[in-house]
Amino acid sequence: MKSSRKLMQGNEACAEGALKAGVKFFAGYPITPSTEIAETLAEKLPRAGGVFIQMEDEIASMAAVIGASLTGVKSMTATSGPGFSLKQENIGFAVMTEIPCVVVNVQRLGPSTGGPTLPAQGDVMQARWGTHGEHAMIALCPASVEEAYYLTIMAFNYSERFRTPVVLLLDETIGHLRESVDLKKYEDTRIINRPVPWEAPGQYLPYKAEGDEPPPMASLGEGYRFHVTGLVHDESGFPVAGNHAAIDRLLTRLSNKIIKRQEEITLYKEFMTENAQYLVIAYGATARSAYGAVELARKEGYRVGLLHMQTLWPFPEKLVRQKTLGKKTVLVPEMNLGQYAREIKKTVADQTQVVTLSQVDGRIFHPSRIVAFLRGEAKYAQVL
Amino acid sequence: MSNVNVFAVKTLTQKEYFSSGHRACQGCGETLAVRLVHKALGRDVVVASATGCMEIVSSPLPLTSWEMPWIHVAFENAAAVATGVEAGLKALMRKGKIPNKKIHVVGMAGDGGTADIGLQALSGALERGHDFIYVCYDNEAYMNTGIQRSSSTPYCAATTTSPAGSVKPGQTTWKKNMPAIAAAHNIPYVATACPSYPMDLVEKVKKAAETPGPAYVHILSVCPTGWGMPGEDIIKFGRLAVETGAFPLYEIENGRYRITVDVPELLPIETYLKPQRRFRHITPEMTEIIAERVAKEWELLKRRVEFSALD
Repeated sequence: MKSSRKLMQGNEACAEGALKAGVKFFAGYPITPSTEIAETLAEKLPRAGGVFIQMEDEIASMAAVIGASLTGVKSMTATSGPGFSLKQENIGFAVMTEIPCVVVNVQRLGPSTGGPTLPAQGDVMQARWGTHGEHAMIALCPASVEEAYYLTIMAFNYSERFRTPVVLLLDETIGHLRESVDLKKYEDTRIINRPVPWEAPGQYLPYKAEGDEPPPMASLGEGYRFHVTGLVHDESGFPVAGNHAAIDRLLTRLSNKIIKRQEEITLYKEFMTENAQYLVIAYGATARSAYGAVELARKEGYRVGLLHMQTLWPFPEKLVRQKTLGKKTVLVPEMNLGQYAREIKKTVADQTQVVTLSQVDGRIFHPSRIVAFLRGEAKYAQVL
Repeated sequence: MSNVNVFAVKTLTQKEYFSSGHRACQGCGETLAVRLVHKALGRDVVVASATGCMEIVSSPLPLTSWEMPWIHVAFENAAAVATGVEAGLKALMRKGKIPNKKIHVVGMAGDGGTADIGLQALSGALERGHDFIYVCYDNEAYMNTGIQRSSSTPYCAATTTSPAGSVKPGQTTWKKNMPAIAAAHNIPYVATACPSYPMDLVEKVKKAAETPGPAYVHILSVCPTGWGMPGEDIIKFGRLAVETGAFPLYEIENGRYRITVDVPELLPIETYLKPQRRFRHITPEMTEIIAERVAKEWELLKRRVEFSALD
């Protein structure tokens, strides 16, 4: 029998995952280290009946994705640091107008042009708070080529389910990593499509929600006429600048529809956590280093385990509190200066000690740094 | 081609303002163009450069090739930063903080940084009328990220984001006419150039520098890596681009068109297209469509020259 294993790059796996999820529109702009996603889809998306457009810049790419999604097709763009910065205004627009789409950010060293081919995880907070104003955000972060495939599908699922932009945070290491993968096991992964209205055109209110549930979404061109605006609006979609109760309802619902469902959105893995005294919390490329480190440290007799986060946002408060309970120390290795560690500290400060192992030198996090900390040799570990 | 150019190049300054030792590909047409542009401009120059090949190959310290103040700015901003530099220098001179002399402010970018992401900033700077020179080094795709199409990529050229296959011919749109867009701002000087015609290029850049107000120079920079040809052939292909009419050399001075390198009889377009890897898939039908378009545009250009003479 022919093996279904393939040698694949993280960025290619992301493109394949998007195709599996049913992407029909991609708008992008070349930028290292994400370009392979566009290149793969330039070839494969038209064959799958979709449309690939290379736009004139990052702002336009994000805007085109919004327009396409409004017509009812699953839409996506992919970029890296500087391009992610340019997309932020339109990401906020998609949050406000509840337009499902997937934004891939293959992180590179920043700020600014930074290091286009150097790995970093400096955009964790930007994924959460990059656009202005109060809002919630979903961000997923794969640690392997296989996860890049699976989490791209899940990013589409969450975006459709919750009518919101979802950020897929790869990093340079995962984007350019080549691994042998078997994607056959994901064949039956459930694909979620956005809720559609049952009312006839004329009766349809585009932002009429049942409680915190995301409202059903009509597609342009199906006979529904509805108003879409980045201004604060009521259920009809029309602006309500003077109606403070309606503004409050809208902003609260936009946050709650995601934050209150964090358990549904939280994806994670555990490794050797039984009887662990120390818990490493890691994500993305750093999680790979952490798996190695935990194995090495266990051999040396340290009782250490790993909580590998695949969902970064909404921050899984309950899970993190529960998993860190009774642990002596929580170690957070990151290729930034403690962006996620501070979030963890905020959540568990009353029950355990949080230590950040930071690195911003444009190199991959080495497992030996985690082991060195356990041995008491670590130079740069900082107790938050 | 007359041999006059070959001798005249020797009259250029020996001084290099864009020095050797950079990391460009063998046979890079763009570095040659940059070198000539800065020989023409001399030493009193400030350059604002957008992201692109040239930033990557010329600037990693301690290996900088730039013998003058040079600023690398984010992709879309070369013209806007040049605006700031020009205004800043003006203010310093007005206050008597620096000697009052001509300092050439240059904004430079590739075709992506000019025709796509940087178009808004360029249009703004041209419209405001700053005294600066904008140079577009056009290698007809995003080469720095690995050959993706831009709006300056010619029809039918295959790139990684405009792949050619049984259905698609490669790039499905025509090359954006950037010189015409610049000229539509009614700026005093617009020109096209190519380093295969070095004296023509140098003369145009000098004219651009001397012109008060904004000047736009669009330079075809043959890219052996992206176009698919041996590095030693780039001068030849630059000439073929001109001699087939694919990239005519002309200038627009205060609205008046002038063809600077006349081609009495255009060569067949396939002599330029066929040997390039990016065009190797093209069919006789596609060639015919391109030839028709090129002939039409060449005719239009000649009419514009005639019309300018009437003025």
